[in-house]
Amino acid sequence: MKDNFNLIVAGYGGQGILTATEIIVGASLKEGNDVRETELHGLAQRGGSLDCHVRFGKKIFSPLVSRGEADLIIAFEAVEALRACYYANKETIVILNSKVFRSESKLKEIVAKIEKVAKKAYVIDADKIVRAETGAITGTNIFLLGYALGKGAIPLKKESILQSIKENIRPRFIDENMRLLEKGEKSD
Amino acid sequence: MEILNKKRGFLSGNDGVVRGALESGIGCAFSYPGTPATEIGEVFAEVAKETGIYFEWSVNEKIALEAAAGAAFSGVKSIVSVKHYGLNVALDSLLPLAYLSCPLVVVVTDDPGCFSSIQTEQDSRWFSKLGKIPILEPSNSQEAKEMTKEAFKIAWQYKIPVILRMSTRVCYSRSLVDFGLIIKPAKGKFKKFEFKLGAARTVELHKNILEKISEIGKLSESSKLNFIEKSEGMTGIITSGVTYEYVKEVLEKLNLKLPILKIGLCYPFPEKLVKSFLKNVCQAIVIEELDPFIEEEIRKIDSIKIHGKDVFSETGEIKPEQVLEGIAKILGITLPKPPQIEVEKRLSFLCPGCPHRSTLYAVKKVLGRKIFSGDIGCSMLGIFSPLEMQDFVVSMGASVGIGHGISKTTGEKPVIFIGDSAFFHAGMPALLNLVYNKADALVIIVDNRWTAMTGHQPNPNTGINAMQEEAKSVDIAEIAKALKADFVKSSNVYSFDQLCNDIKEAYAVKGVSVLVANGECRLVVVRNAARKGIMLPKFEIVKQDSKLEELKNFGCPAIQKEDGKWFIDKDICWGCTVCKQIVPSCIEISK
Ligand SMILES: Cc1ncc(C[n+]2csc(CCOP(=O)(O)OP(=O)(O)O)c2C)c(N)n1
Ligand code: SF4
Ligand code: SF4
Repeated sequence: MKDNFNLIVAGYGGQGILTATEIIVGASLKEGNDVRETELHGLAQRGGSLDCHVRFGKKIFSPLVSRGEADLIIAFEAVEALRACYYANKETIVILNSKVFRSESKLKEIVAKIEKVAKKAYVIDADKIVRAETGAITGTNIFLLGYALGKGAIPLKKESILQSIKENIRPRFIDENMRLLEKGEKSD
Repeated sequence: MEILNKKRGFLSGNDGVVRGALESGIGCAFSYPGTPATEIGEVFAEVAKETGIYFEWSVNEKIALEAAAGAAFSGVKSIVSVKHYGLNVALDSLLPLAYLSCPLVVVVTDDPGCFSSIQTEQDSRWFSKLGKIPILEPSNSQEAKEMTKEAFKIAWQYKIPVILRMSTRVCYSRSLVDFGLIIKPAKGKFKKFEFKLGAARTVELHKNILEKISEIGKLSESSKLNFIEKSEGMTGIITSGVTYEYVKEVLEKLNLKLPILKIGLCYPFPEKLVKSFLKNVCQAIVIEELDPFIEEEIRKIDSIKIHGKDVFSETGEIKPEQVLEGIAKILGITLPKPPQIEVEKRLSFLCPGCPHRSTLYAVKKVLGRKIFSGDIGCSMLGIFSPLEMQDFVVSMGASVGIGHGISKTTGEKPVIFIGDSAFFHAGMPALLNLVYNKADALVIIVDNRWTAMTGHQPNPNTGINAMQEEAKSVDIAEIAKALKADFVKSSNVYSFDQLCNDIKEAYAVKGVSVLVANGECRLVVVRNAARKGIMLPKFEIVKQDSKLEELKNFGCPAIQKEDGKWFIDKDICWGCTVCKQIVPSCIEISK
């Protein structure tokens, strides 16, 4: 790993992005990193683009990832994945949920555009898998974390992530989320 | 809670302010929600009971500031937190309070880039000069905490209000913060002070405050809030706020060693310090968000070559890559061109089942296009397609006065929309003005029971206060009646036909008609249901029919059309029933 790791978690409001970010922040703190994070919340409306920046490593100043400097982008929706590619470079891994929300764009074209600027896009229909597993899509965030972990894209120990999930998720949902993390990790 | 940890916590800048206030021994905090300052109040609300402080959501910023002043007059350390234009509202009292030696800490959060602001992108540092008020500006969460403490020190030592100016990125970025001890709040006692009236006395007080500022100016020169990081380079960088953090990284990335002067206390301006810094360099680069506040101060005192707003934008957020590009440009360093990515814009929308949608749609359906005077709040999203209603939105409560002016001069009866919180904030006196001055207007107050747009703070309508205690819940229709509106009626936004009839009836009345459209914020309803494990109904399209085309004009985001077929996205249908009421033959509760 370089000195610092730069992660973008992207999607639109109401998708559980903040929780996913919180889990990664918790895990990276546990491993003794200097961590900075930024996201803009505090507004209630739905549907607007949302991206969270997490940076961890030896010493971090800027809370924002600079353009072209993300190591990993986890996106909960395809158009938002493309938007987040503002932060991508030829080494960036993009993990994306194949959902296209309120847009005429086609997934295939979006992925092609992403692969032009990033190293690799891993695309998965996370909503479908999570719905089949739990009956709803609220767990997509944890599933995608697991998926990224399975691809070796997060330089954190699984142990720290599990621990962080326990600290950030309401008790009655922990078991389900543990299952989703595993499921994501094992998915292709 | 992280912020009540003993030694250290991972805090946002907003959290840092709260911790800093607790470490200063505050007794009370006041606010009116406004993002990016909102969480300061929310965190105060959360910790109030445990730490023994008092916190309230006041009805508007002016009242919040005045209450804080009352506490300070009683010897209790108090803080008020508002968003940038929130301070516009409070200004009328802030300026005389400076004359009256009121020791207050006023946190104001600017929003470069207007992430959560539509009114202005103003730079609050100018309030310092207008009111002779010292201003401190942190760059990160640790500094937010330390500078809050410093603000209290200056405020109480010099008996003066002090502004802590934050910006969105400082409010909303988190990092590890080392803690000091929390000091228990003291009880207040109001000691009478000499208070005289008269022009001569006001002039005298003006003189006093200038003297104070000159004293604090000396402090500014030696304060650790303004510091130099020495280096051999002949270009000096002067910066403040979050851009300091970007400068640190950019210099490292470009492998440059340049001296930095970081300014944390920018009014009174540390002239001598700046001069001494400039002595050792040939040119200066000033990097600050929004206005050239520091740049202008430097130009006044030194003739050195300066780059500032010629390179770094006066509008929008300055991002780290802009700092990189700016410094590179000035120093003649070429950077590789980044790839361009074009992505469609994504607009926010009113939630599925939102009471505003039902109200706005009903008005358009019943009355057609009228003059639609808009106000601040979630209802603003009615400006977007497909509703495209409000003709303008200006500031809290302004829908009422502006609608009034239009009707007086055009003879047309406008429809004025306003939310409950905005009505309490500034709409009530405006409605009184309509009545008194014989207006002809329909005022629709959408009562969703919460201050929703800023994240659902309780207000005088909700039945609880900030500290989660039971509170009186006022009846808006009763207020309108007491203000002697010509017609007042309450209507349920989820009984669609009745709502349409009520709108028609209200609009037909000559004079001031008030319709209170009741419907709890759907997001709150959904969250509460989820918490209690209650399933709200979901709806589905059971028959494809051309009648469904009407739903395009309604615009619930859950209702979509794909390959010529209508469907309801059950993941986001929040079961409000309104679509079924609009096209009853095609929609049913899904089993
Ligand atoms: C002077 C001022 N203070 C605070 C704000 C921030 N603000 C924007 S919308 C809003 C809430 C409005 O609440 P309400 O009128 O109840 O409408 P709702 O969002 O609930 O529909 C607030 C406080 C502002 N725009 N102006
Ligand atoms: S938060 Fe409430 S009031 Fe605002 S758009 Fe959503 S449902 Fe409507
Ligand atoms: S019931 Fe209809 S209008 Fe209401 S949220 Fe569901 S789809 Fe939207």
